[in-house]
Amino acid sequence: MTGDLALLLAQDGLANGAIYVLVALGIVQVFLVTRVIFVPFGDIVAYASLTLAALQAGKRPGTVWLVLLLAVIAFIFEIAGPARRNIPRAALTWLALPLLPVAAVWLLTGVKLPLGLDYTLTIALILPIGPLLYRVAFRPIADAPVLVLLIVAVVLHFAVSGIALMVFGPEGARPALIVGGGLDVGGLYFPGQMLLMLASSAAVTLLLALFFDRTLAGKALRATAINRVGARLVGIRPGHAGLIAFLVASALAAISGILIGPVTTLFYDSGFVIGLKAFVGAIIGGLVSAPLAALGALAIGQLESFSAFYDSTMKDAVVFAVLIPILILRSLLQRAPEDEPEEEEL
Amino acid sequence: MIRRALLPAGLLVLVALPFVATPYFITLMNYIGMAALVALGLVLLTGVGGLTSFGQAAFVGIAACATAWWTTRMGGSPWTGLLLALALTSLAATILGLATLRLGGHLLPLSTIAWGLAIFFVFGNLAVLGQHDGISGIPPVTLGSIELKSGPAGYALIWLTLGLSVWLCANLLDSRQGRAIRSLRGGAAMAESLGIDTFRIRLAVFVISALLAALSGWLTAHVQRYVSPTAFDVGPGMEYLFMAILGGAGHIGGALLGAALVTLAKDALQDLLPHLMKDSGQLEAVVFALLFIAVLQRARGGLIPVLARLLPPRAPTPTQPITADILSRRPQPAAGAEVLAISAVEKRFGGLVAVNGASLTLHAGEILGLIGPNGAGKSTLFNLVCGALRPDRGLIRFLGRDITVLPARRIATLGIARSFQHVKLRPTMSRLENVMLGAHLRGRMGLLAGALRLDRAEERRIRAEALRQLRRVGLDAAPDAPAGTLPLGQQRILEVARALAADPVLIVLDEPAAGLRRAEKHALADLLRSLRAEGLSILLVEHDMEFVMSLVDRAVVMEFGAVIAEGPPSTIRANPRVQAAYLGGAP
Repeated sequence: MTGDLALLLAQDGLANGAIYVLVALGIVQVFLVTRVIFVPFGDIVAYASLTLAALQAGKRPGTVWLVLLLAVIAFIFEIAGPARRNIPRAALTWLALPLLPVAAVWLLTGVKLPLGLDYTLTIALILPIGPLLYRVAFRPIADAPVLVLLIVAVVLHFAVSGIALMVFGPEGARPALIVGGGLDVGGLYFPGQMLLMLASSAAVTLLLALFFDRTLAGKALRATAINRVGARLVGIRPGHAGLIAFLVASALAAISGILIGPVTTLFYDSGFVIGLKAFVGAIIGGLVSAPLAALGALAIGQLESFSAFYDSTMKDAVVFAVLIPILILRSLLQRAPEDEPEEEEL
Repeated sequence: MIRRALLPAGLLVLVALPFVATPYFITLMNYIGMAALVALGLVLLTGVGGLTSFGQAAFVGIAACATAWWTTRMGGSPWTGLLLALALTSLAATILGLATLRLGGHLLPLSTIAWGLAIFFVFGNLAVLGQHDGISGIPPVTLGSIELKSGPAGYALIWLTLGLSVWLCANLLDSRQGRAIRSLRGGAAMAESLGIDTFRIRLAVFVISALLAALSGWLTAHVQRYVSPTAFDVGPGMEYLFMAILGGAGHIGGALLGAALVTLAKDALQDLLPHLMKDSGQLEAVVFALLFIAVLQRARGGLIPVLARLLPPRAPTPTQPITADILSRRPQPAAGAEVLAISAVEKRFGGLVAVNGASLTLHAGEILGLIGPNGAGKSTLFNLVCGALRPDRGLIRFLGRDITVLPARRIATLGIARSFQHVKLRPTMSRLENVMLGAHLRGRMGLLAGALRLDRAEERRIRAEALRQLRRVGLDAAPDAPAGTLPLGQQRILEVARALAADPVLIVLDEPAAGLRRAEKHALADLLRSLRAEGLSILLVEHDMEFVMSLVDRAVVMEFGAVIAEGPPSTIRANPRVQAAYLGGAP
């Protein structure tokens, strides 16, 4: 391999890595705050990208059906659950609010949208998905062992991506680039969209760090993740904290989808594999901090680019297989294991 | 009666089925049997062992591809293919287990998804395995001149394999190693303190579950005569987990029930959904996912516990008389010999010095009380002795041997048994089984001996010993009742019985009298005195002054991590520093 070729591959790897960085940040942030590995995160990223592409093509995005379905289920859970809520309020929070963007999208489909409104609509339509999934899937078992929460998260991926196939079909879509052009640095070309993605990742990391360190809502979220009972005792409502965390996750997924979509065609099921690769990157970073997760995700991009050069059919296998040596290394480095909390029967 | 009739009735139905059922139903039964094998592995892994895997389908795939390649490309026999499949699968599971089982939390289950995908991508892209088209034309398993392919012959092969596997697994769970597996749930500290190597046990369970999946893969290849990589993706892996949890992951029967329900429901859905809409394949996946979530939310224990409630309650088994010969006991040191010597031990947690140069000695046949105000470092010192923590400085010797840096498991083998400040029992296991866990190190039988039922003589001895200890502490009224039904104070006493079952030289008790009523405290004090009379050495951390002072030979008083006084109770009471530490006032 010549130096030029390696440089080219590295550049390609950076482009891949920029995708994984955004997704890895989203997954790690949700994990650090809720201790839930939000496996469907990648699916929501795909939803966001497909939504944007549909809007730009003047078609009605299938996302409206997902939001509609989830809102109805959430409303039923809310009024039929053990703690009977008052119905008008439940209807307002769980039906009217999420269906607002659905109605907007429904009305505006096919209308020539002014600049930027397609992004606003996409974000507005994606935002309710996280809180709705939380309400429907996680909140009824919020006190369950983490193992159960994880199984639910994985199963949820199959439901969400299955619905994606039904509402979007098997074809992929690619929205328009947000920024064209690029920078030429010493013979290497950096596309504008990629620079935008990397800059957004940095901005998101910073914003989230400020949110969790400097605001009361952010601190409440962290407290809830560490100890639900303790948080409740000091007046934090764990249910609320969960809602906020999943709202943040939704926002991150929407932004990721909008930024990633234009550089790689996303299909209904692309999110899962992207999410898992980003997660492998996050594990390389130790799953402890956002900057390390970002570095790990960049490393995954490089690995994918270089392994694709040797055998393009095996690049996915290589990325997932590399997890094994990483985990072995982490096993060896790990200090004496702390005692896990007592868990009830599954 | 009904309970006891269930098993023979079920067997009868299974034997009669090929003679009465339609060929289509036999084919369905074959699918159920093959899926139940994988689900059985998940019952051991998830329901019993508390670990989980989304990637069992990958193990099915490794085995199926191995035997398919061996029999079609290399012309080997299916029987050698079976050996190859089992060997490759256990190799893969061992490597994956070594890599992930030490890591806690989410990493194991998530990495199971990753390796499931990795193996799927490899299968889908290897030319020698037919890429995404799979391998067809796999020969059936033959026995002499009989071809055991699909239909009744395949049914016999599959259900005999399943029956044998169920029998082996049920035996295993009812053995010494099986108890260790069942003790995995709910933290490793207790199991390690009993000398159970939790990592080894986890690895063993993991490999066993992979081998069961491999059996299923081998059967799939030779009964279907065709393997396709899509059967080994993460989606099917999820389905196996659904089967185990739907049926009841804590019960072997759950694997069969879950596999049957899911397979039959899939079959019904495939008939029904195309009438409702076209493109129904995806709807099926969504429906299953939603059902799975509903089960996890509403009936996490699965259907078996629900069904068991419909049956009349199990008749209590009469307490068996102790007839077995006694487990061998370790020699006790001569009275007065030095048992435990702690010298200048120091332990820091960040900036906090929890134990600051503490020293003490304990002699054989002595009860030593370790007392002091809250936060004095008693429990830390206790954990240093038991190996739950490692000191930063200093030396701990037990029977003349340096145990300073030994882990809890090794210390247990040397003859130190402990109780926990926060009771650590397995609440759903019976009282007797909890005590039998304490005798783990006194047995020798391994996994295979347990599965093949070669361990009965030793099991009888362990059981008899556990009953004896239960009787000794006065908890033998209902040995088969779950430990969790005891009040907290008596759970502490059960921990003492468990410690005694280990036949220790030194027994270290962390606040054993907490939560006991007055009469129970007296009974406990009498028990500890009788143990002392038998030559046992006892280290006691306790808050109840009256209890300690009436019982111990000597007391060691700690304050701020250091030993401030040591001696018989009368001297301790008169010591002005001790009075100041407890009551405040001018030093």
